[in-house]
Amino acid sequence: MSEQTKSGWLSRIREGLSRSSSRLSQGITDLFTKRKLDEAALEELEEMLIAADLGVTTAARVAALLAKSRFDQEISPEEIKSALAEEIATVLEPVALPLRPDPANKPHVVLVVGVNGSGKTTTIGKLAKSFRDQGLSVTLAAGDTFRAAAVEQLKVWGERTGSPVISRDQGADAAGLAFDALKEAQARRDDVLLIDTAGRLQNKTDLMAELEKIIRVLKRQDPMVPHDVLLVLDATVGQNAHSQVEIFRNITKVSGLVVTKLDGTAKGGVLVALAEKFKLPVHAIGVGEGIDDLRPFEAKAFARSLMGLD
Amino acid sequence: MFESLSSRLGDVFERLKRRGALSETDVSEALREVRVALLEADVALPVVKDFIASVKERAVGQDVVRSITPGQMVVKIVHDCLVETLGTAEDINLAAAAPVPVLMVGLQGSGKTTTSAKIALRLKTLDKKKVLLASLDIYRPAAQQQLEILARQADVGSLPILMGEKPVAIARRAMEMGRREGYDVVILDTAGRLHIDEALMAEVAEVRDAVTPTETLLVVDAMTGQDAVNLAREFNEKIGVTGMVLTRVDGDARGGAALSMRAVTGRPIKFLGAGEKLDALEVFHPDRVAGRILGMGDVVSLVEKAIGSFEEEEAEKLAAKMAKGKFDLDDMAAQFRQIKKMGDLKGIIGMLPGIGKLKKQIDEANIDNRMINRQEAIILSMTKGERKNPDLIKASRKRRIAAGAGVSIQDVNKLLKQHQQMADMMKKVSKMGKKGLMRHGLPGLLPPGGGRFGG
Repeated sequence: MSEQTKSGWLSRIREGLSRSSSRLSQGITDLFTKRKLDEAALEELEEMLIAADLGVTTAARVAALLAKSRFDQEISPEEIKSALAEEIATVLEPVALPLRPDPANKPHVVLVVGVNGSGKTTTIGKLAKSFRDQGLSVTLAAGDTFRAAAVEQLKVWGERTGSPVISRDQGADAAGLAFDALKEAQARRDDVLLIDTAGRLQNKTDLMAELEKIIRVLKRQDPMVPHDVLLVLDATVGQNAHSQVEIFRNITKVSGLVVTKLDGTAKGGVLVALAEKFKLPVHAIGVGEGIDDLRPFEAKAFARSLMGLD
Repeated sequence: MFESLSSRLGDVFERLKRRGALSETDVSEALREVRVALLEADVALPVVKDFIASVKERAVGQDVVRSITPGQMVVKIVHDCLVETLGTAEDINLAAAAPVPVLMVGLQGSGKTTTSAKIALRLKTLDKKKVLLASLDIYRPAAQQQLEILARQADVGSLPILMGEKPVAIARRAMEMGRREGYDVVILDTAGRLHIDEALMAEVAEVRDAVTPTETLLVVDAMTGQDAVNLAREFNEKIGVTGMVLTRVDGDARGGAALSMRAVTGRPIKFLGAGEKLDALEVFHPDRVAGRILGMGDVVSLVEKAIGSFEEEEAEKLAAKMAKGKFDLDDMAAQFRQIKKMGDLKGIIGMLPGIGKLKKQIDEANIDNRMINRQEAIILSMTKGERKNPDLIKASRKRRIAAGAGVSIQDVNKLLKQHQQMADMMKKVSKMGKKGLMRHGLPGLLPPGGGRFGG
């Protein structure tokens, strides 16, 4: 990646997160300019982290860590923010891993799953663009055979990125389509095959079984497939993200996360809790609707930006 | 698994129930747990604080200590506060000259397009309205086609798509077509937008000014986190929301967002989206939702669901057998089928009252419909005679049944043992009679150990 795009993405994230982080950092500034780090202050700090979707447990843990070293001390807002950012970055660092298709795989198969409306199709479009920019050949499989016009939506992304789209009519068997797509991409010796799936709520057993079937059918053609299973999470989602990761992971062996819609307010907190609990790689974040609005996830920048630093 | 608000509160109140009197420390402790539970259910922090304060105020005002069942007392106060915060059920407002414009707004992926079609279908079938659907989403690829297809499925009108037309122009054209062709309602589905995207918020405000909608419905995902307050406030301030629709309530999120948004906007929640099919739209019932949150069980919903899916004939047959105290393996298989038809087992159990603990056990045992399928397969591998008279089943028959169902002999044994327990229960029930059943309630009906289906 060139220097220019690097600074580009940093500023984009900062831009995207600035509102949420300014709210958070304003709160912290108000809280600590005039007082000691006492019980009441800690509780408020904990609450602010909760309001950023960190979740009760993670917020309590982070706040307790701070209390351990700084309790009853005069502490400046800057120090608090840096300490929190460091704490958050430590949790996120190990999971900040980009998605790298293995060139030995022809194609490297990526199955994209998630609940309805999380942004799977848009993420596939953006992923296709980034792989195409790396000079890779990409095929898209329109595996959302349920939702009206989902196939048409993916076809538009295929046109935008110059990637062939394999599709069937609405209502067709998604597993059969995935199987055909795999055979076709194998025959062409494509670099990457991105398989879209219909959105499904994780508590719907029958729909989750359908997802299992897709994987089973793919494995019949090649036991190593899919090489990656991406779970797309909407950053607006609160604590239900835990349930999503847990159940999707159990059923599909999710290998990594993509977090979308991080250009809104009060984002990121849930990621900290997820990283702590599941330790799944976060491959990329979505920061807008544009074709280039998918960024690699960088722990330190993300944490500092979330705390309104830099 | 994410601990639900209902089981969380269930734990708190179970603890309270075990104590004779309720001290002030108990109240504070309970409310601390309520606070955490509400936060874990994604109720926004400021809303939680207000809520806890009002519960506390009421609990202190009343003589909680002298109450016989202090836990129930607190449950009631929390429940009442919840219902009040959630507001009353209100129907969609169509009190305006036809065609009545309805504007749908919300974030990306909240479910606006599906909800638009659901409302259209509802107005058509229940209120006999002539509805026109128009998509103003010129940004997401194929969004307009999506609404067009859904309009066809719902058999309502849809505005012909003109590529390159701007949202305000589409809205005007929709209203014009509505007037010209005698539509009662025009539903304008807009593109998903972030509440902080000033350009897009200005665009939808312009649409609002062009058509002056009677209803502006904010569509929000039930899974939404703490941000629900921000987005509801911003949409309300910038566009003026008249009501809200909470989607994906068929998921396992507790829907704390409902409380947050209601508290922050004061606008009613009008509908709940509860499935992907176009008829999966429900009217909002605050007491039901509050009851479910509190672990009191969404009994009304369960009953409705049961009526919808139980085959009467089958139920009557079973009832007749139950009255006689007879319950063979065919009846057991029939029960399995009924449970499957009613939908996901966990969902059903979540609706039952006083069952938070059991739900946890089941979650931990990872029971799902596949297990029921396996149980059913075992029964289906038996001969008719064996099903009527399980005593026939000895070692060699067990081997054959296990092979036929693709399970182990232990699985067959487990099923037979479970059947024995259920049959015993049926005998007890028939002795108790209907009154007895009512008194003992549902937990009395479940097999010991919380319905371990071979888990």
